[in-house]
Amino acid sequence: MLCDACKQAEATVHVTQIVNGEKRESHLCEACARREGEGMWLEPVFSVHKLLGGLLDVEAGGGFGAAPARSRVRCPNCGLTFADFKRLGHLGCSQCYETFDQQLEPVLRRIHGGTTHTGKVPARAGSALRRRREVERLRQELQAAVAKEEYERAAELRDRLRSLEQAETDAGSRNG
Amino acid sequence: MSLKDIVNRPVSEWMTGSGPDRDVVLGSRVRLARNVAGVPFPAVATDEQLAHVVDLCRQAVAKEPFLGQLVSMSSLSALERQILVERHLISPQHAKGTKHKAVILRDDEVVSVMVNEEDHVRIQVLMPGQQLPLALDVADRVDQALEEHLPYAFSETRGFLTACPTNVGTGLRASLMVHLPALAMTDQINRIIAAVGKFGLTVRGLYGEGTQAVGNIFQFSNQVTLGHAESEIVHHLINVTRQVIDQEREARQTILKRNQVALEDRVLRAYGVLTHARLLSSHEAMQLLSDVRLGIDLGLIPGVKPEILQELLVLIRPAHLQNRVGRELAPAERDELRATMVRERIVAGKGENT
Ligand SMILES: [Zn+2]
Ligand SMILES: [Zn+2]
Repeated sequence: MLCDACKQAEATVHVTQIVNGEKRESHLCEACARREGEGMWLEPVFSVHKLLGGLLDVEAGGGFGAAPARSRVRCPNCGLTFADFKRLGHLGCSQCYETFDQQLEPVLRRIHGGTTHTGKVPARAGSALRRRREVERLRQELQAAVAKEEYERAAELRDRLRSLEQAETDAGSRNG
Repeated sequence: MSLKDIVNRPVSEWMTGSGPDRDVVLGSRVRLARNVAGVPFPAVATDEQLAHVVDLCRQAVAKEPFLGQLVSMSSLSALERQILVERHLISPQHAKGTKHKAVILRDDEVVSVMVNEEDHVRIQVLMPGQQLPLALDVADRVDQALEEHLPYAFSETRGFLTACPTNVGTGLRASLMVHLPALAMTDQINRIIAAVGKFGLTVRGLYGEGTQAVGNIFQFSNQVTLGHAESEIVHHLINVTRQVIDQEREARQTILKRNQVALEDRVLRAYGVLTHARLLSSHEAMQLLSDVRLGIDLGLIPGVKPEILQELLVLIRPAHLQNRVGRELAPAERDELRATMVRERIVAGKGENT
C-alpha cells in the first residue's frame, strides 16, 4: 500500500482516529508520519534527485561526470566520489565543492538558476574578497577624483590603495 | 534561566508578541546554514571531528554571552528533546541521535543554533508577525559572532558551502507562516498556492499539502539560495506574500458582506466547541482554532487574544501534554487533556486581554 500523503513510499504507519464519532484511517510512510506529527516551521524538503529531474542519471552516460578518469576522482579531504554524491544527494565536505567544481556547475544551475554567490561575504573567511572589493571601489573613486581634478582627494585615495595592496601581497606570501 | 524553565514555560516569545500584518502572518523564520572549513559535514564526520565542532561552539558561547547557553543533546531526556522539537527550537532529525549534537538556546527562544545537524551550524531566528528583515538582522549578528570562533567554509564563487547543494550560497532559508482561512472558504486557495509556486517560492501546508492543510496555515519559503543577495531573497518573499495577504483580507471582507450571519455562526460554533468539548483530537482542535482565530481577527469574538492560535498549536502537542502531567498518555487521555488545555488557555487569554 502506498503512503496517503506522498503516494510514493510504502505506507508502514497506520493511524486510526475518531473525529466527531467518525472513524478516519490514514496510511503513511515513515517520513510523512513523522512530518504529520511535527507541525509548523519545518524546513521544506528539497530532494536533490527530484529537483534535478534525472539530470544526474541521464547525463551519467554522456555529459558531465562521464569520463571514467574523472568519475574515479575522490575528494582528497573526505574521500567522496561524484558517484557517491549522485547516490546520496549531499556532499562530504567543503572541499568537495572544489574537487567536483565542473560537475557541480550544471547541478547548481538547475537548482538555483545562478551559479555565483552575490550575497554576504563573511569578515574572516571572506577577508581576501572583501579587500579586493575595497580595492576595486577605491580605484573607481580615484579615477573619478582625478577626472574632477580633486588632487588632494586623489592623493589620499592613492595612499589607501597602496597600503591595501601591500596587505594583499603580504597575505598572499603568507598563504603561498 | 535553566533549560528546565524553558521546557516548562507555557509560551515562547515568538508566539506571544504581535508584529506587522499579524492578522494574516503568524510568524517569520530565518535560517542560515554554516560549516567549518575542512571538517567533513556531520553525516560523514568522525566522532572526533564532530566533538571538535561542538568545542568551537562552546568557546564561542563562552566569549559571546548574548548567544545563550550551549546544551548537548545527550544531557536531555527524550521528552525534553521532543519538547524542543514542538517549540520549533530544534528539528525532529536533531532530536533523534544525540552523539555530539548540541543546541545553543537563548532564554527568549528567538534565537537557536543547532550544532551538527545536517550542517555543522544552523542558526535560526523566529519572530511573530511579518518581521523577516529584523529576523535576518538578528541572524546576521549571531552569524558574525560565531564566525569569530569558527573558521567558516566559504568560497568566493559559491558562497557558504553546505552539505546539500540546495542550501549553498547564502545558506538562507526564509519563511513566512500565513493563515488563509478566507481564501480556503472561497475556494481560491489552490489557485493562489499554484501562483505563489510560480514565483520561485515553495509552499508547505501545516500537516499536509494544498487544500488538505489543516488549520489553513501555510509556510512560504524561498527555494533558491545561490545567485541572489540575502536582502533580495527576503524582499522577494515579502513582496509575493504581500499580494496573498491583500487577497486574504479582501476575501474576508467579501465573506463578511455576503453572509455575515453564516460566518458568525461558523466561528461562534467553533468557539462553543473549543470552550466546552471534553475530548479533542489535534486535527479537530486545529480546524476549530483556525475558525476561532478568523473570528477574533474580524472582531466577531471579542475579548480573546489572537495569539491563542499560535500558543495552542504548540501546547496541545503530545510532548507538551505529557510534560504537563508528568507521565505517558494513552491517545484517549491525550484528547481529554488537550480539551482541558484548550479551555483553560482560552479563558486565561480572555482575562489577559481585557
Ligand atoms: Zn509518504
Ligand atoms: Zn570532500
